Amino acid sequence: MSVVLYRIDDRLIHGQVVVGWGQAAGATFIVLVDDEVRESAWEQELYRMGVPAEMDVVFASVPEAVAAAAAWERDPRKGIVLTGDIGTMAALCSGVPSVRRVNVGGIHFRAGRVERLRYVYLSADEAAALRALAGSGVEVTAQDVPTVTPVPLSQFA
Amino acid sequence: MSEGLRGVIVAHAEVAAALVAAVAAITGDDAGLAPVSNAGCGREALRERLDAAVGAGPALVFTDLAGGSCTAAAAALARSRADVRVVAGVSLPMLLEFAFHRDETPEAAAARAVGAGHAAVREVGR
Repeated sequence: MSVVLYRIDDRLIHGQVVVGWGQAAGATFIVLVDDEVRESAWEQELYRMGVPAEMDVVFASVPEAVAAAAAWERDPRKGIVLTGDIGTMAALCSGVPSVRRVNVGGIHFRAGRVERLRYVYLSADEAAALRALAGSGVEVTAQDVPTVTPVPLSQFA
Repeated sequence: MSEGLRGVIVAHAEVAAALVAAVAAITGDDAGLAPVSNAGCGREALRERLDAAVGAGPALVFTDLAGGSCTAAAAALARSRADVRVVAGVSLPMLLEFAFHRDETPEAAAARAVGAGHAAVREVGR
């Protein structure tokens, strides 16, 4: 069944992803694409702690994710691929043209960002980056939990 | 109750505030506990909230889930502060134990909280 969700979430691996999406989608592996966490053993241990034992967790840099994406897509299990920011997801999509849908799950307040949705705050550059991603043929929607209706990009960027 | 050590609860939605209210309802005092919610926070904003709540002195931070944003923020803080310890899986029994032993070091208080939490979980009524 391969990768069932490509998600941008600045909280990385947390309850909403593992329980909310993981349970609903029947995912049994999670890939966190984050160059910083990829280099930090203690952060990897921390994020692993929040994941049930039966769920595999993979930590990858962007180049590693690009190289492994085809294998993840062929994986008979269901998986979630997660990035903490728009730039990382855009880089991943650029290297993996088979990514057709991206879920914006949580980008929270920071100086320079404006509220677009309750759980999505974007700077002008970030909004433009999401529009560029959509322009490349990727369907971009916002949805924090699987029980609500996805919000089209045109309504938040 | 004893005084001294700062306690901070960081948890999802309104869990932390509710736990502080429950401690106050039982003991008559908030026991030096400060609630922090992760609502609306990314990692940076939550870390800022947590930093502000912990302040400069020694502290024990309680989190609700062993994995996730609250514990990640608390663990990151504890790595940079020798006087801050983190216990995940917060419960009312461990907070009540903390309330009466705030004269301990963060390390001793953390061990006590873990023990109180474990001891309080049991099947009853049979």
